[in-house]
Amino acid sequence: MRATEAFRVALEALRANRLRSALTMLGVIIGVAAVVILVAIGSGAKREVETQVEGLGSNLVLVVPGKFEFGSAPSVSRLTLSDIDLLGRVVGDRRRVAVTISSGESVRVGARESFVTVNGVNENVPNVFNRPLARGDYITATDVDTRRRVAVLGSSLARTVFGDVDPLGRQVNVAGVRFRVIGIFAPKGSTFGVDRDTEVHIPVTAAQRLFGVQRIDALAVKAPTSDAVKPLQRRLVAALQDKYTGEEFSAVTQTEILGTIGRILGLLTLVLAAIAAISLLVGGVGVSNIMLVSVRERTREIGLRKALGARQRDILLQFLIEAVLLCAVGGVLGIGLGVGVSLLADAFSPLPAVIAWWSPALAFAVSAAVGIFFGVAPARRAGRLDPVVALRTE
Amino acid sequence: MSPPTAAAVEAVDVHRSYQLDGFSVEALRGVDLRIDVGEYVAIIGPSGSGKSTLMHLLGCLDRPTSGLLRIGGRDVATLSETELAELRNRTIGFVFQSFQLLTRTSAVDNVALPLVYRGVPRRARRVMAEEALTAVGLGHRLSHRPGQLSGGEQQRVAIARALVGSPAVLLADEPTGNLDTRSGAEVMGILGRLNSERGVAVVVVTHDPEVAALASRRVQVRDGLVESDSAADVRAADVRAADVVAADVVPGEAP
Repeated sequence: MRATEAFRVALEALRANRLRSALTMLGVIIGVAAVVILVAIGSGAKREVETQVEGLGSNLVLVVPGKFEFGSAPSVSRLTLSDIDLLGRVVGDRRRVAVTISSGESVRVGARESFVTVNGVNENVPNVFNRPLARGDYITATDVDTRRRVAVLGSSLARTVFGDVDPLGRQVNVAGVRFRVIGIFAPKGSTFGVDRDTEVHIPVTAAQRLFGVQRIDALAVKAPTSDAVKPLQRRLVAALQDKYTGEEFSAVTQTEILGTIGRILGLLTLVLAAIAAISLLVGGVGVSNIMLVSVRERTREIGLRKALGARQRDILLQFLIEAVLLCAVGGVLGIGLGVGVSLLADAFSPLPAVIAWWSPALAFAVSAAVGIFFGVAPARRAGRLDPVVALRTE
Repeated sequence: MSPPTAAAVEAVDVHRSYQLDGFSVEALRGVDLRIDVGEYVAIIGPSGSGKSTLMHLLGCLDRPTSGLLRIGGRDVATLSETELAELRNRTIGFVFQSFQLLTRTSAVDNVALPLVYRGVPRRARRVMAEEALTAVGLGHRLSHRPGQLSGGEQQRVAIARALVGSPAVLLADEPTGNLDTRSGAEVMGILGRLNSERGVAVVVVTHDPEVAALASRRVQVRDGLVESDSAADVRAADVRAADVVAADVVPGEAP
């Protein structure tokens, strides 16, 4: 018997038991869709974070006290404002060095209040980071030197506390102290449902007084070229360790941050896919189960076919194709469902989702393999039936 | 008509025993039987006599425990599972008591089923199946499903299916067992006609003396042995003797 013939017979058998075939397929559909969706969300998260890190600006080196490691507590900083000059000399241009000091504070205008991250910064932030303004001006060197109480607001924070009123030139209360709004950042959107436009920048000198500290949290240095990043990294740490003997400092690049995040999210995606694969496996067991039932139900038919000249492999092929067909059709529908849900999630929920080309292909290949793997045992059983016994079965 | 010397089926001292709950049950205890091309034989015997076992052996559905069994000139003991299936497909046509038709399949597709396993292309299959159905008087029922046919018609579809591959032997196991008298007579008429017109050997297994009376040769089976054979002289030792063979065939020519 040729494969096309076996295919036709298998299709006929599946059509004869529509509901059962559909329910069996459902297991495979759900499994495949789960794989596609979870991989899409994992890839989406990875891409999202990568864009975010890349969006910081290029050729960036972040200098922080202590060892830079995910999961370890931040060290107490001994960095001060004078280190701007120190690192400026290392990189050859003081304007390439930005500082930050952050604290969670309340921001209030009249009765409207919002609790947000307040960053103390110097005038070099626009040179170092990619943070364009929508309106107004950024903090200047004079603002920093004279500890002027001026603030640049994130776009959605401005809307929250000012409503429809134009904030430029107006007063805003930061941690109980009045600041004048001089600029509004261009919107950046949100990541994983977290609004990224709620921060406030004020001069670092004003921030130190406001928070009651002398330290700064971190420095960011922009290398002139991408080739200069690596040597700069080493020289920045060396310069700081010269000054603060016995202290540990880290200089990390975007590539390193991306690498770390990529590894973590890659692992996460893998775990998600593995969990989804388990449900695909369960779907496969369902296929195997139904195929066993089908073989038992059609024992007489198998006996008859054998009496009429069907060989063992003809029968085996017929049932194997039936199982693979269940899984393959389920696989295609599952991919459709998975891609559909992923696109909907990407469009209408905070979860980013990216369909990697390989995930539907892999899901389909796996479901077809599941069909073969779980179809072989029932199909072999069918092929080996003794025609005399099979024909006598009621 | 085929040359009278050709043996369609030849059994010499055939034994078949089964293991049943640890006991060995001998269903056949040394059967000698030769059926020539073109014969019309009835195998008669009470239930438990071993006639079903004999029928399965003659149909290549089973193999003897010992003894020589030659179907279509080939010793079944030397054949693999696959070769046995092919032999079944080309040499044997089955007619069962309970018809054994695929219920969701049309008459013409039911009849074409053996040709599927012979690798005959779809179109040719249909033509051959239509011919076979016309030969049993069902040319007007091609696309009916078994459920839409009467019992007699269903059995005629089954006969067409047995016939479509031009087998040497048509094995009918109680072909009238599930039919009323009229349909039964009709079915037996068709079997007789196929035998006389096409020269296909017909072997009917039955316990109905009226059905058996239609055959030109009657083989009585009892307790796993051939008890009597109307072609009396057939013995294993004589099977290869041409004069005996010729005498053996004569009754088959006058149905």
